Amino acid sequence: MGGVKPGMTMFDGKMLDNIKKQKSYWEENCYSEAVKKKPERKDSFETLSGISVKPVYTPLDVGDINYEQDISFPGMYPFLRGIHATMYRSRVWTMRQFAGFGTAEETNKRYKYLLEHGETGLSVAFDYPTLYGYDTDHPMARGEFGKCGVAVSSLKDMEILFDGIPLDKITTSMTINGPAAIIWAMYIANAEKQGIPKDRIGGTIQNDILKEYIAQKSFIFPPEPSLRLIIDTFEYGFKHVPRWNTISISGYHIREAGSTAVQELAFTLADGLEYVKAAMQRGLKIDDFAYRLSFFFNAHNDFFEEIAKYRAARRIWAREMKKLGAKKNRSLWMRFHTQTAGCTLTAQQPEINIVRVAIQALAAVLGGTQSLHTNSMDEALALPSEKAVRIALRTQQIIAEETGVTNTIDPLGGSYYVEWLTEKMEEETYKYFDQIEKLGGVIPAIEKGFFQREIAKSAYRYQKEVDEQKRIIVGVNKYQLDEPITIPILKVDEKGEQHQINRLKKLRIERNQTKVKKALDRLRKAAMGDKNLMPYILECVHAYATLGETCDVLRDVFGEYKEPILY
Amino acid sequence: MEKKIRVLVAKPGLDGHDRGAKVVARALRDAGMEVIYSGLHQTAEQIVRTAIQEDVDVIGLSLLSGAHMTLFLDVIKLLKKHKMNNVIVVGGGIIPEEDVPRLKKEGVAEIFGPGTPTDEIVDFIKKNVKQ
Repeated sequence: MGGVKPGMTMFDGKMLDNIKKQKSYWEENCYSEAVKKKPERKDSFETLSGISVKPVYTPLDVGDINYEQDISFPGMYPFLRGIHATMYRSRVWTMRQFAGFGTAEETNKRYKYLLEHGETGLSVAFDYPTLYGYDTDHPMARGEFGKCGVAVSSLKDMEILFDGIPLDKITTSMTINGPAAIIWAMYIANAEKQGIPKDRIGGTIQNDILKEYIAQKSFIFPPEPSLRLIIDTFEYGFKHVPRWNTISISGYHIREAGSTAVQELAFTLADGLEYVKAAMQRGLKIDDFAYRLSFFFNAHNDFFEEIAKYRAARRIWAREMKKLGAKKNRSLWMRFHTQTAGCTLTAQQPEINIVRVAIQALAAVLGGTQSLHTNSMDEALALPSEKAVRIALRTQQIIAEETGVTNTIDPLGGSYYVEWLTEKMEEETYKYFDQIEKLGGVIPAIEKGFFQREIAKSAYRYQKEVDEQKRIIVGVNKYQLDEPITIPILKVDEKGEQHQINRLKKLRIERNQTKVKKALDRLRKAAMGDKNLMPYILECVHAYATLGETCDVLRDVFGEYKEPILY
Repeated sequence: MEKKIRVLVAKPGLDGHDRGAKVVARALRDAGMEVIYSGLHQTAEQIVRTAIQEDVDVIGLSLLSGAHMTLFLDVIKLLKKHKMNNVIVVGGGIIPEEDVPRLKKEGVAEIFGPGTPTDEIVDFIKKNVKQ
């Protein structure tokens, strides 16, 4: 058997001609006859992104694909089939459940519970005040303490949050953006206090401000100083904390805000390339930092489209990074985390969310994710209860241990439909790249509200389709059930807020004030110049300056971002 | 000519989830109402001030962070203080069912949870605003 020669496609011309003839025969004699007898259920079939789907796919749809160049092998350029040569045959994905609520004590307990039940990595959800760089007792924090994450106002809280958890053995992902550098510094400082040097800790900070402006909206500073802070973390990371992913370029929130899969893919990759270019402009070498860029995608309902999305993402990223001059293989890898789509969870008949999550999670696994969060069935109602989160984790364990999907790599590779759809997603992504370039790049496009408008349009169209029953959501616009919701709801302990405020007050009195003031002053001066701010931030954190105090210094120097208001 | 219903769609507090608020704002606009969208990160004072300035009939509050028991009720209290009894307040977001009776007792006219068809919100507003 001879392999495919370079420059050749998967099927030779004669074979394709024969298939073409056979397809015409099928269309005229089988398909059109059958449709006459049994009309199709819909006038047109489309993916969630609105890509028109044919009744059947054949070699004709993938006829111009060159196996060696376009598909290749796992662990080989362009990494379509996976970034590692062995993928899940060596090690399955990291099971990492996003968790956090109330006080650091309560969340620490939840982490230990999850680890006891077989979770293999931690993922911190911070509350809104923390995400915006406010201490718990700030007026803007009103009503928000511990509601959708844990409050971390100082190194003290970080110490409690990871008490008894070995930071050299477990990796931690932290969903933090505006104040990412400060929270990361707290994590580093805490590890050092545990006796673990910086170069032995591993994890991820989300640190992706562009998608905050676009979708998630927990921004603090304007784009320019925000990018500076991010590149400071890149640089500090590869020099001192080499096992840390200093960014997780995220499509998840873009999708949750209502985008299509294509938009999620295109906008996320555009953001990613923007960071790379900004870092290179600062004088960083692409191969020094690129291996620490990581990604984060959504796993929504359209099974094959999601799989095609992950595959296309890997290939586009590898190609674009190569174009930008990356030489090392690791710089070309798109490593990504996946979370099942929170926006698909229904408050109605919440138990059926378990099924949705299982299918979405399977798509992520077939798409080759490096880590995975599965949503809990009760999350359209509140933060997950212990039992709900355990079932969500068990869902991943079933996929990993029982289904056999981990036996071979990229099992859908070569599927006519999936390969065609992968190409299609790629094509549509490049169309968006062109549009973004015409607008002057990602930041001008944000300032003009381009992404925000595109997402709002898609979100509205989706809702209209649901309202008009063109899109079915089981339990919501079909198969409804009139019964009270009986699953238990997690309640955050109301006393936690006072407890946290007392701790903060005590900290502000007991710490060495001169040290705090000196550290904050030094940070202010550095922020006005162009030095890497990480050492200065670390100094503040070590002195127990609070998150709010440290952020206030930067707010003073950098100003605050105001977004264009549109709907 | 019939006066258009004026609605302020507002995002109180720090919550950045604006998908629902924006979808509802569009749906109300398409149903012929005048819609003012507050943008993010509004304090209760800012929301009530905008409501006064824009002379709205309805305030739609959207919150997915779980802070509704504090922030929705802050808005209600301020409206009462300003004697704006004619303004109808409705809410939406991630709001556990057990919180709904208390919110209604304090003066929120209706809570629209996830999965509510936009028509239902339009109909409710049309029915309840005195023209």
